[in-house]
Amino acid sequence: MILALKVHDRDNVATLFADAVQAGSEVEVRDKEGRQDHLTVHADIPYGHKVALADIPKGAEIYKYGESIGAASVDIRRGDYVHVHNLESLRARGDLEGGSR
Amino acid sequence: MMEFYGYHRPDGQVGARNHVAIIPSVVCANDVAQAIERQVQGCVGYYHHQGCCQLPPDLQRVTDTLIALGLSPNVGAVLIVSLGCEGTDHKRLYETIAASGKPVEQIYIQQLGGASRAIQAGIDRAQKLAIAISGYRREPADLSQITMAIKCGGSDTTSGMASNCVIGYIADKLVDLGASVVFGETTEFIGAEHILARRAVSEAVAGDIYRIVNEMETRAKSLGCDMREGQPTPGNIAGGLSSIEEKSLGAIVKSGTRPIQGVLGYTERMDGRKGLWIKDTPGREPEILTGMAATGAQFMMFSTGRGAPQGFPTMPVIKVCGNPHTYERMQHDMDLNAGRIITGEASIAEVGEEAFALLLEVLNGRMTKNEAIGYFGSIDIFTMGPVI
Repeated sequence: MILALKVHDRDNVATLFADAVQAGSEVEVRDKEGRQDHLTVHADIPYGHKVALADIPKGAEIYKYGESIGAASVDIRRGDYVHVHNLESLRARGDLEGGSR
Repeated sequence: MMEFYGYHRPDGQVGARNHVAIIPSVVCANDVAQAIERQVQGCVGYYHHQGCCQLPPDLQRVTDTLIALGLSPNVGAVLIVSLGCEGTDHKRLYETIAASGKPVEQIYIQQLGGASRAIQAGIDRAQKLAIAISGYRREPADLSQITMAIKCGGSDTTSGMASNCVIGYIADKLVDLGASVVFGETTEFIGAEHILARRAVSEAVAGDIYRIVNEMETRAKSLGCDMREGQPTPGNIAGGLSSIEEKSLGAIVKSGTRPIQGVLGYTERMDGRKGLWIKDTPGREPEILTGMAATGAQFMMFSTGRGAPQGFPTMPVIKVCGNPHTYERMQHDMDLNAGRIITGEASIAEVGEEAFALLLEVLNGRMTKNEAIGYFGSIDIFTMGPVI
């Protein structure tokens, strides 16, 4: 069984520590208390990368460690691969504020 | 009371190493300094790239950093290699380090008649210093004399879930034993500063934490681009870290859970301060390792996931690897395998105790992996203004 770790109750992503996780793979999500959840991933996900545990609409915040790590840049579905292609950082964004370049 | 065996210095500090430090007071003296270092046993050099054609605040910063490095308890004696016309205050550099009571020599390349003559004179002086300190013996000292520096580099998602947890465990343990701990990487507080501020001992310290993060974020935004690729780095992103917020939340885990006593400037020394402190530094290795060694830290605990191998000339750096695959590939650079936490083979406390036993051995003289192969040549000093 492929394991994904959920750090905090509020988190809507979990981290996968397994090689060759492919679209359609069944994943077991565990939290600190050992509680289990099962989901099917929709994409190939590399070692150490994240999977969505819930549907996250565009603009909504993404939580890991119980804290915001950015916002969804497109609608994300439970089981989607979550990374720089659909997660936008909300900090140090000189491109949004304009700068001296 | 827990003890280690170290070198008791005239100013009361206790070192875990006994090096002759060759300090070029300007980048232009590096080649001469390097030739001396290669010839004389027991020497290491700080080959930075600063010290001239910079604005006065940066020149002062470079001088202060070099002084702090010379005052490190791991340094038994110092040879300053000066060119003679640099912008750093090479006289204050000599006088301040000499006032601590450790042997210091200084040579001037221009006065001595050029590179070859300076190398000859420098070898003679360094030889004298090396022999003078070679007979120093390690004596018992309380562990409360120790400052541990901490850092994570080449992070991936295992860092925040394994190796940083181990270092956090050690940080709490050392603070409870009365020692000092210092962490930095202000860029990697962005998105996690509210958690650090909650741990500050006072409103004023919480304010300092928000201030340094705001200054760093403003600097990052000044070029008008998204910071991603700069921070998180391409390696961080390949390792699964999607944003600076995610990187920061994992990074601060290494500071443990104890109260934060205050914020130190880049050149400041620990100078008897106890407990957990922040030093305002960037995240890049050459600059942060220098800043951390300048606090007077006897050693550093360094967490990595992708595999950052480098150390520092006078500060042993212990590499704690959170990624089990990286540890397998890079065992000759990694001192400890915290990847066993990810695979479920060991708990944070188990690896934490193993790390604690290893750090005691390192304080007593055991070499770290990067120390043994001399992987510590690229250092630098964090400056703020332009080269002019």
